[in-house]
Amino acid sequence: MAMTVEAQFHVLAVDDSLIDRMLIERLLKISSFHVTTVDSATKALKFLGLVEDELRTFDTHVASEIHQDIDVNLIITDYCMPGMTGYDLLRKIKESKSLKNIPVVIMSSENLPSRINRCLEEGAEEFLLKPVQQADVNKLKPHLLK
Amino acid sequence: MTMDVVQLQMKLREHQAAMFHEGFLDDQFSQLQKLQDESTPDFVTEVMNMFFDDSEKLLKNMARCLEQVPADFQQLDAHAHQYKGSSASIGAARVKSVCATFRTFCEAKNLEGCVRCLQHLQSEYSQLKINLQHLYQLQQQIKAAGGSPPT
Repeated sequence: MAMTVEAQFHVLAVDDSLIDRMLIERLLKISSFHVTTVDSATKALKFLGLVEDELRTFDTHVASEIHQDIDVNLIITDYCMPGMTGYDLLRKIKESKSLKNIPVVIMSSENLPSRINRCLEEGAEEFLLKPVQQADVNKLKPHLLK
Repeated sequence: MTMDVVQLQMKLREHQAAMFHEGFLDDQFSQLQKLQDESTPDFVTEVMNMFFDDSEKLLKNMARCLEQVPADFQQLDAHAHQYKGSSASIGAARVKSVCATFRTFCEAKNLEGCVRCLQHLQSEYSQLKINLQHLYQLQQQIKAAGGSPPT
């Protein structure tokens, strides 16, 4: 007899803080999400299949987007990260043909209206203040069901 | 004389309440405890141990920044920002508060203020660690006596 497996939503969580990765992973798992965590925006882009071109940049005009089977339903990223920020990551994703429809949520420890507006204008679905709570994670499912 | 489970549980509740009352911990710590269940029985301990490692590394790095001539205020502020974040994430309220003060001294490039703040931070961290370790010991004693630690 065939077993039906309930499809789980797959969330990619990006944060350079180990403690915060542990927390967000636990929060997401409690909400029955399947979770992958990475510690940088660069690693997130690699995971999503956006590879570097010969010039070793992520310029989406020349970068090749490989077809890959990784199915990510939501990306949740910290804003302040060394190197590429969460905002840069958001832009790269929204500029990418293959990735632009994946909802992106930004997390930040700083409550700066200018930062929040910037992110929302660039296409972020939500802006969550850290420390992230279970109630915040509960707000995410509607964005996935669009 | 051995203490029974009920007495130990009372001691633990009192100790935890005191930590909240004295501002060592805030509600975020309670949120952290809620994330632990039978499937992740060591979650809080794991996060705390991670916080201890992180703290010790950051405090060392901050001291190094202040030893440089001239002091690297930008790097110092980056460390303080990181420490403020991790302490907020686990509910270490007093540590978080000192980190916030530290950042204002960094912005003002106030060396003396930063030095005093670092000492304050080291002191707050030590006290928090001792208190959390005592909490952990009580939990272990309760388990050893056959009981379950209250949250």
